[in-house]
Amino acid sequence: MKKILSLILSSVLCASCAACFAGCGSDSGSKTENKGEVNVYNWDEYISDGENDLKNVIEEFEEETGIKVNYTTYSTNEELYNKLKNSNDSYDVVVPSDYMISKLIREKMLLELNFDNIPNYKYINKRFKNLSCDPDGKYTVCYNWGVTAMVYDKTKVKTKPTSWDALWDKNLKGDILMINNSRDAMAIAMQTLGIDPSKCTKADIDKASKKLKEQKPLLKKYVMDQVFNDMEGGQAAIAPYYAGDIAMMMEENSNLDYALPSDGSNLFYDGFCIPTCSKNKENAEAFINFMHKPEIAAENCKYLRYGCPNDEAVKLLPDDIKNSELSFPSDKYLDKCYVFSDVDDDVYAYMQDQFVKIQAD
Amino acid sequence: MKTRKLTIPYIIWMLVFTMIPIVMIGITAFTDKSGNFSLANFQSAFHYSGVFTKSLLIALISTAICLVVAYPLAYMMTRMKKSTQNTVIMLIMIPMWMNFLLRIYAWVILLQKNGPIDSALSMLGIHGTYIGNTAAVIAGMVYEYLPFMVLPIYTVMSKIDNGLIEAAQDLGSNNAAVFGKVVFPLSIPGIISGITMVFVPSASTFLVSQYLGGTDDIMIGDVIDKIFWTDQNTGSAISLVMMVFIFIFLVIMNLFGDEEAIA
Repeated sequence: MKKILSLILSSVLCASCAACFAGCGSDSGSKTENKGEVNVYNWDEYISDGENDLKNVIEEFEEETGIKVNYTTYSTNEELYNKLKNSNDSYDVVVPSDYMISKLIREKMLLELNFDNIPNYKYINKRFKNLSCDPDGKYTVCYNWGVTAMVYDKTKVKTKPTSWDALWDKNLKGDILMINNSRDAMAIAMQTLGIDPSKCTKADIDKASKKLKEQKPLLKKYVMDQVFNDMEGGQAAIAPYYAGDIAMMMEENSNLDYALPSDGSNLFYDGFCIPTCSKNKENAEAFINFMHKPEIAAENCKYLRYGCPNDEAVKLLPDDIKNSELSFPSDKYLDKCYVFSDVDDDVYAYMQDQFVKIQAD
Repeated sequence: MKTRKLTIPYIIWMLVFTMIPIVMIGITAFTDKSGNFSLANFQSAFHYSGVFTKSLLIALISTAICLVVAYPLAYMMTRMKKSTQNTVIMLIMIPMWMNFLLRIYAWVILLQKNGPIDSALSMLGIHGTYIGNTAAVIAGMVYEYLPFMVLPIYTVMSKIDNGLIEAAQDLGSNNAAVFGKVVFPLSIPGIISGITMVFVPSASTFLVSQYLGGTDDIMIGDVIDKIFWTDQNTGSAISLVMMVFIFIFLVIMNLFGDEEAIA
């Protein structure tokens, strides 16, 4: 008897849940008129989602346009590439980084944008139009940009570092974190050797690998996301990472400070693109346009702390972000930076292979 | 006939999600980037034999520790009152309701500098680092996989007929003899499935070492993960070698089990 009763109770529970879902579904359908949908495939935590009293920009977009957003995320450019190349899923907006944009254009996997549908493109700073990966500016609208910098703990590193050499400092043995990403790690090593990473060859990669092997005994760990926990928790002295993320770490731990290598750094950017598998191109363009409405772009920048290419949005930012040398390095500094855009597939594969070997040996 | 029809969904499932992927890994492992037959991938895979051996070693140590901890616990559980048994099982299961990554993160916080363990030991005058080494990786793995060892052993042991134990006692066996001659031999199937369920996932695990280990503790799972970014062929070759090793291990385990069961 007891069993039957619990069975009935649980089925009632299930039914009510299902009814609720169905109810919710039809509710939102009637509220906004049906303008179709847009499938957005973006980096993890790469959009203002309503946290910290900021706007939830996806909801704002849905309310304003009536277009439903199907939002999914990835964590590496390679994951994005494999999904576009090998799956049947359709995406309308993707946000690859510079080198991946070159690769996607080269393999004819992106659609040309219709800029008539993206009037807010006029707010984009000249520097971030016609990017080196898309010289004619036909396929991309820059979303964010930034530089690679160092974050260090003032209690452990007494003088502000001025070059990547600080990551090879023997006095900090066991307290250094290194970025766990072949491109960024190799680029840092190449810069210390005076090699221009944007024109690197396999021989340059060998030299950089040697340099990274020298560094390995000094390291505490190779990290990506764990850098937040380790630096904020005072577990390590110094680490290279992306400027926007360093700004966030500094908010959590007042002992942290940033350092930009004086001879320039890696300038990277991520851009909105529409892949050839898109089925809702106009909605995708509406989404891209919305993301560059100055007040929306400003919300995203406040949330992400990456550089914002939208001039009007920058004007809306609070002074401490706008004037931060970390989030918005001067034009003079940016001129010294290099863009690590496209390297040949086999050079990149070699780089990745060497980097794994450094860690495995 | 009827029973065979009922297995169709599973057979389809296995075909689509197990057999086809394994065949695809096999094909990828034996071809180069342009799709021609090649053995070069295994040559590149050979470079990682050091990592490979270390991963198997870490997995073996973790499995052994799990067994040593889990076996007495499972035995004691079968001696408890039925209601207590359920509570203990519950306590073993509860951590598994949480996400794997969160549990590893909890270990990071536990072991890190100025974390609870470090602070407590520092007060006693013991200073050291507890994270960033192989021992931390093993600790994390034991924690992660212990329930997979306890539960199969417990299930098998709790099914041992009490009559057999009583018969042994009636025939003059003391407690040690009852355990050695009755309980242990009958629990071997549980031990074997426990070892399998711990060893196989821990040999191929990734992320645990990235979170708890140092620069030298990279495991084969991490290598495969990274290699796959740009080189699916070598990645597949390493995976295939891994599968062969695990398969051999399982075969040996089963042989061992059968013999013991007969004896």
